[in-house]
Amino acid sequence: MYNLVQHRKKYYILSVILLTVSVLLMAYSMVTVGTPFRLSIDYTGGVYWEFMLGQEAQPGQVRDIFVASGLGDTAVTTIGDEGNRLQARLKEVSPEVKAEIEDELGAQFGGIETLQYRNVGPSVGGEVTRSALIAVLFASAAIVAWIVFAFRNVPHPLRYGVSAIVAMVHDVVIAAGFAALMGILVGYEVDALFLTALLTVLGFSVQDTIVVFDRIRENSRRHMGEDFDTIANRSLLETMGRSLTTQLNAFFIMVAILLFGGDTIKPFIAVLLVGMISGTYSSIFNATPLLVTWEHWSNKRAREQAKMAAAA
Amino acid sequence: MQRSHLWSLIIVIVVAVLALAIALPIQHPAWFNNIAFWQPTEFRDLELKQGLDLQGGLQVLLEADSAALALQSSSERDPLEAAKVIVENRVNGLGVSEPLVQRQGDNRIIVELPGIDDPDQAVATLKGTGLLEFVEMGQQFVPAGTLIETDFGASPTASAGITGTQGLLNPATGQPFRTIMTGADLRSASVGFDQLTSAPLIIFELSDTGRTIFRDYTSQHLGEVVAIAMDKVVLSAPTIQAVIDGSGEITGQFTLDEANSLAVQMQYGALPVALNVIDTRSVGATLGADSVEKSITAGVIGVLVVLLFMIVYYRVPGVLADVALILFVLINIAIFKLLPVTLTLPGIAGFLLATGTAVDANVLIFERMKEEVRAGKPLRSAVDAGFNRAWTSIFDSNLSTLITAAILIYFGSAFGASSVRGFAITLAIGVLVSMFTAVFATRVLMRLVYQRRNADESALAKPTLLGV
Repeated sequence: MYNLVQHRKKYYILSVILLTVSVLLMAYSMVTVGTPFRLSIDYTGGVYWEFMLGQEAQPGQVRDIFVASGLGDTAVTTIGDEGNRLQARLKEVSPEVKAEIEDELGAQFGGIETLQYRNVGPSVGGEVTRSALIAVLFASAAIVAWIVFAFRNVPHPLRYGVSAIVAMVHDVVIAAGFAALMGILVGYEVDALFLTALLTVLGFSVQDTIVVFDRIRENSRRHMGEDFDTIANRSLLETMGRSLTTQLNAFFIMVAILLFGGDTIKPFIAVLLVGMISGTYSSIFNATPLLVTWEHWSNKRAREQAKMAAAA
Repeated sequence: MQRSHLWSLIIVIVVAVLALAIALPIQHPAWFNNIAFWQPTEFRDLELKQGLDLQGGLQVLLEADSAALALQSSSERDPLEAAKVIVENRVNGLGVSEPLVQRQGDNRIIVELPGIDDPDQAVATLKGTGLLEFVEMGQQFVPAGTLIETDFGASPTASAGITGTQGLLNPATGQPFRTIMTGADLRSASVGFDQLTSAPLIIFELSDTGRTIFRDYTSQHLGEVVAIAMDKVVLSAPTIQAVIDGSGEITGQFTLDEANSLAVQMQYGALPVALNVIDTRSVGATLGADSVEKSITAGVIGVLVVLLFMIVYYRVPGVLADVALILFVLINIAIFKLLPVTLTLPGIAGFLLATGTAVDANVLIFERMKEEVRAGKPLRSAVDAGFNRAWTSIFDSNLSTLITAAILIYFGSAFGASSVRGFAITLAIGVLVSMFTAVFATRVLMRLVYQRRNADESALAKPTLLGV
């Protein structure tokens, strides 16, 4: 039987490196844009306007039209490689000024078709931010409660709970780090769906971990007398097929959406994908090895205490 | 076959046939639509409902000025409710199919207008001041809801922002109808009850100018029809039965709700409170259609790859899991149509993700089964052990996804986060359905194939065909 848990230090090191990089990316973003990731108008309020022009246009030329209407704080970029599909992000704008700009754009660039337009008032943005924070708190509390409940009958439920939570935090941080990276590289802004991705990652991460832990619980009963390393390792190997297969199926679907799906949800799926890959990794290479490390640590402590007791 | 097993098989077959019948993208016969008996009769169409991001359209969040609301809260009628009724009327005037006007909280109204071409014009119409008119109809009776042309103010086609439709002209003259007076001359309108029949009716009072105008008019036009129109749409067209001097009654076959709504609109010809647009979201029909097409492509390819993978990796059980997965897709689509669930782009993503993980339960079971077979157990008991042992894992792990989905649904009820709700709802439905298809239905199928007495000798039990 291949000994997976033996190499646990290597897995920890990889995870620590990934976590550090994620945190650094978020810190970098914090310094440059003031938040750990670029926030979309869902949270900040403002206007997102996506349109198709009759002919190709330089973002700079388009931006000039916004600036001429007194909207100096506008960012314009092209979408895709067609050259006539653009997006503009700006502060709130009155319908009259918007109509004015629309006419001007249409006149200069051979017609305009609005693909998407969103104008979020600051109060709505504030509400989304608030309920997002509440959702994160609730979800974390509910998941922790569920883990504690699911493992109430095993010896050392605290260890299982803490290990599952560490794995979960690991996945969420890596997914968030990825979002920060996309923000830095391609200007991706996290919207309400980003939070959905994080919470879904959280759910699936725990799901993966629970399957392995369930097996450890069962094997502890079936193979009494084996040391914990062997039991943990056996359980890992036995559930590995399942973890990878399930991950692979979700992976197929997500890659299909990334390649062929609707453009607006691609960043969301990308974050989800990274989070889920991390979830599979952490349930195999972090959660269970952590249990083993903990077992060793507590055994060592017990031995030392026994020694001290003997010495005294 | 045991009796309970036979029943399980029957249940699976019945569910499968029903789901297929509902999911098929065909025009269903009217009697069949009644299967969704909890939906209002007029909406029982078994069509997939597309969200605004898929069919294109406009969503507007209107907020009443809270100071103005507070000022009016002493009055007996809820000003926001009144505003909603007026907005509804204007929306109906826009001629959009399946619009939605909903209250949200204490001071907001959500308006959804699918397939609208000119969002700016529509917003202007929603916010605009309503115009109440009393219109001379002569002997011409018109049903409520008719769009008419009058000689007061702008033409209805201009005010409603629709082109290509024209209001009804006076057939006697070929000209617009004459406006007798406007809502400015109305002091109040409220609901009362007929003393004899206790049927609901509208009681209205006129201002001093209105009193003079209407007394003169009604005395000369007894027995003729007067239309009460809001933004050129007829609300009611009563016949003048007596001279009206300052105050009068409108009787008719009103239900209490209709009477209330009419009184509200007469009372608040203009919006009772100013409404500000605090969030607008519009998606062009082109982008919507593009999203639908792409989502279908992505979905079909993704699911095909999963189906193929399951066969390659698990062989005969994989085929059975695939049958269950196809059943999963059908049941989901049927549920979307039945409830109904409005599909959005994130909603489709949630459904597809659920599809990808729906086989998880199968995978758990099959991996267990393989282990048991490797350990030398006979096939029949390996199948049972696979299901029994995997069940706790399946239950525990799915519950964590359901908890997350529930929290997301709660979070998604904040207006700006409606996309979240769409994702979480389809994901949650998917997890629940997968419990049925991946566990119950697959087990029934496995029994059919593997639980006959000679299962171990059958050709289907070769290790290569089990993926062991």
